[in-house]
Amino acid sequence: MVATSTSPVDAPSVPHPSGAAILAAIKAAGVREVVAVPDIVTSDGLLWPVSRDPDFRLTRLCKEDEGVSICAAMSYNGTRAVLTMQQTGLMDSLNAIRAIGVDYEMPVVMLVGLQGKEPHLPPDQSSAYGVRIVQPVLRAMGISHSLIEAPGDEAHIPEAIDRAYKLSRPHIFLVGRAPEAS
Amino acid sequence: MTIPRDQALTTLAPHIRDEDIVVAVYQTNFDWMALNSRPLNYVAVGAMGQASSHGLGLALANPDRRVFVFDGDGSLLMNLGSLVTIAGSGVTNLHHVLFANRTYEVNGAHPLPAADKVDFEGFARAAGYRESRSFSDLKTFRAALPGFIDAPGPQMTVLEIVPGAPHPRDYAYIHGVEARKRFRDALNARR
Repeated sequence: MVATSTSPVDAPSVPHPSGAAILAAIKAAGVREVVAVPDIVTSDGLLWPVSRDPDFRLTRLCKEDEGVSICAAMSYNGTRAVLTMQQTGLMDSLNAIRAIGVDYEMPVVMLVGLQGKEPHLPPDQSSAYGVRIVQPVLRAMGISHSLIEAPGDEAHIPEAIDRAYKLSRPHIFLVGRAPEAS
Repeated sequence: MTIPRDQALTTLAPHIRDEDIVVAVYQTNFDWMALNSRPLNYVAVGAMGQASSHGLGLALANPDRRVFVFDGDGSLLMNLGSLVTIAGSGVTNLHHVLFANRTYEVNGAHPLPAADKVDFEGFARAAGYRESRSFSDLKTFRAALPGFIDAPGPQMTVLEIVPGAPHPRDYAYIHGVEARKRFRDALNARR
């Protein structure tokens, strides 16, 4: 089912998640390494705050698949990391995720902004093809994923990261509404 | 003039300490495993030129160890931006050794695009590596190696090579769970 077009002025107003709460949840999971390609959905609410937060070390990438390898390699001594990008980068990185995350069973945790998704719609009802296919592709690959859309959704982040590292498997957080910086 | 790959590897071997990490790809990896099997050989790099990125992750997470990436030229061309990422990361413990045979050797030995023109030493320098140099003669490489092997990175050393003694391509091992376990156990063993 694809949503019929709703003009932005007609779209219902919905609350957005707190970037500060998301970052606090990431820290609570023991993550201090952030590896990133900029993404407009998460730029103001997450990546700029990370870049100013001395608790994090930020490694900026040229391309997203580099980050899959970096995070996997870091994990060998227990170092936890989060890789951030846009869903376009996720699509471009699928072979690296397949090889390193799935075939090698490595804990790669990703935070992916869904650029173009209507804030009031779930991803699979977006009018944007590039957004709509994300969850079906991840399901087809058997990759664990979850949504961060509304305030409070960040509460599941620490447990999901813990599980990814305990099971040594990837997990992808899909960010469907731009987090607010506060 | 070019350097037989196995001779380049045997020249490097005495300079690799037990605590160093070595990330190697494709035929260089198979040759290195045969010539210098050691627990801290990191062999599970997937594909598509990811060795340099694995090396960066290891260098970031293990700042007290030297990380050597024995890369291929075809591999690096698939992940060329990693040179810039590495230079920008601030790591000083990464040594990138590029085995340049100007072909995709394990995929039929087809030539790289612009195989006779690509300047890998220049790529690394332009990306911001601390130092970059090339060798096409074994004697010169052997003489120069002690002068930069302990230098702070990121360092690029390009070796213009040809195949040396062939060693079997054990893909099952490099992609298997045992190789990853061996590396993990060695990395986390008490020192």
